[in-house]
Amino acid sequence: MTPDESPTPLIHARGLTKKFGEFTAVDAVDFDVASGESFGFLGPNGAGKTSTMRMVGCVSPVTAGTLRILGLDPNVDGPRIRGRLGVVPQQDTLDTELSVRDNLVIYARYFGMSHAEARTKADALLEFVQLAERAKDKVEPLSGGMKRRLTIARALINDPSILLLDEPTTGLDPQARHLLWDRLYRLKQQGVTLVLTTHYMDEAEQLCDRLVVMDKARIVAEGSPLQLIERYSTREVTELRFAVGVQETLDGQLEGLGERIERLPDRVLVYSNDGEAAAAAANQRGLRPETVLVRRSSLEDVFLRLTGRSLVD
Amino acid sequence: MTALLAAQRVLPIGLGGRRAWLLIERNLFVYRSGWLVLLSGFFEPLFYLLSIGFGIGGMVGDVPGPNGELIPYAVFVAPALLATASMNGAIAESTFNVFFKLNYAKTYDAVLSTPMAPGDVALGEIGWAVIRSSLYAIGFMVVILVMQLVQSPWAVFAIPAAMLMSFAFAAVGMAATTFMRSWQDFDLINIVIMPLFLFSGTFFPITSYPPALQLVVALTPLYQGVDLLRSLILGHIDATLLFHVVYLVVMGLAGLAVVARRLDRLLLK
Ligand SMILES: Nc1ncnc2c1ncn2[C@@H]1O[C@H](COP(=O)(O)OP(=O)(O)OP(=O)(O)O)[C@@H](O)[C@H]1O
Ligand SMILES: [Mg+2]
Repeated sequence: MTPDESPTPLIHARGLTKKFGEFTAVDAVDFDVASGESFGFLGPNGAGKTSTMRMVGCVSPVTAGTLRILGLDPNVDGPRIRGRLGVVPQQDTLDTELSVRDNLVIYARYFGMSHAEARTKADALLEFVQLAERAKDKVEPLSGGMKRRLTIARALINDPSILLLDEPTTGLDPQARHLLWDRLYRLKQQGVTLVLTTHYMDEAEQLCDRLVVMDKARIVAEGSPLQLIERYSTREVTELRFAVGVQETLDGQLEGLGERIERLPDRVLVYSNDGEAAAAAANQRGLRPETVLVRRSSLEDVFLRLTGRSLVD
Repeated sequence: MTALLAAQRVLPIGLGGRRAWLLIERNLFVYRSGWLVLLSGFFEPLFYLLSIGFGIGGMVGDVPGPNGELIPYAVFVAPALLATASMNGAIAESTFNVFFKLNYAKTYDAVLSTPMAPGDVALGEIGWAVIRSSLYAIGFMVVILVMQLVQSPWAVFAIPAAMLMSFAFAAVGMAATTFMRSWQDFDLINIVIMPLFLFSGTFFPITSYPPALQLVVALTPLYQGVDLLRSLILGHIDATLLFHVVYLVVMGLAGLAVVARRLDRLLLK
């Protein structure tokens, strides 16, 4: 699973564009992913994350721009590149006509592995994703989290140089998410290059060394989670929640509480480096919010700052 | 060599089709646990043979065969039933099953994120349909051999001929399936298959038609298979058989090329 130590990035995109007819789903984005890095695309619904991932996965032709994966051109070497990728698509595409284990065995065969090799690998991966005792079952009755784990096992069958994960944990309960994160974290430790998309800030903060924020087909910011928070937000955030109707009457009373004020439909966010002080200041001004919450800034705040919208709608 | 490269471009099949075998292997895995369903295709032509060949045949008596001499009706009908069974087997596998995998199970989406290409999927599914319907052909040949309905040693070529037929029908059936939007559209397939089944010289010779109509029927796909198989099994060998073979080969390759292109357009957006 250790990728070659080449100075050239594993994924190199310049002006990468995807159009569906007249509609531009990905608009001239630039990014590089280095070997061993774990790289994220963060963005709301329809931002163009999946469209980008599909181009990288060599299952969607590039409309314009340059894309090189492992130094190769997907237009020319699609099958060869795909042979070195592991793909977890946004929607599970497990083979419902096959058992859990056969899903892996047959998939291994698609990569040209021998029967013996395929079976050994399948059993090892079922252990890794903790599905060994379900090996003989059909896929359909598995829970959402189990299906996702099986899909990840399937993506690892060829010891990929790059693992592409499109919203790996969307729709899973917290326990299932944490189990998945743990498996992905282990892969990261083993040096697998991860590229993932997510709606979730905590996921991006947990798993990504570096990420880009996508909005409306474009990349609007790039950096490590910490860098992005430093650049686009403050250290702390004070969330003030007022009784229904009160927030509308506060014009002019919020200014200056912090470095920046963000008014959401259901609450007011005060950005400052000392959240407690901001809360105290609000109190001094005679504001009486129903609840006050002081928290660390997160990527959610970065996103809000960059786009004026919240990420999960 | 240039012809080969040109063919590669029209039929984008990786590694000369070696990968297509992997999809066939996948289908074998699926049926490994449910092989009983495979039996249905064997009984269908057998029941037709018993009811029409012998039942109705008993009332019809002897009929003129391709060589002009009189033959029992069952002898006349048996090769045609082999032909229709090959057609039906191929169509069933390449339409319903493919539609399900393409639109509901998303089987091919997963396949195409590996080194496999649309051409491999096309050739694999069509190849599987051919394998499945050849099993029926072999079974049915054994039956009619035992019943002494085979009149010529040329009949050994009936199996490869039946395979060629299923290739042609599976390819065109799968090509049609890539254009279907809902299960309702499958009625269209029945509308085509039913008259082919009834009027392609299956149950009575096409010489019963007026000459103009004879010519039309002689150009329909099932007729190629019916005449080919009947001629081989009854030992009536002439140059028209070559025409049937070329017709079916071209039909199969055209279908295969369409399938590969359509899968590319549908799945690699
Ligand atoms: N095959 C297609 N044909 C036409 N438009 C498409 C197609 N696929 C995606 N789009 C459009 O492109 C835009 C970007 O879609 P994409 O799936 O890449 O977004 P996303 O960031 O993955 O969103 P989500 O978070 O909902 O998965 C959307 O407006 C979508 O409707
Ligand atoms: Mg998406």
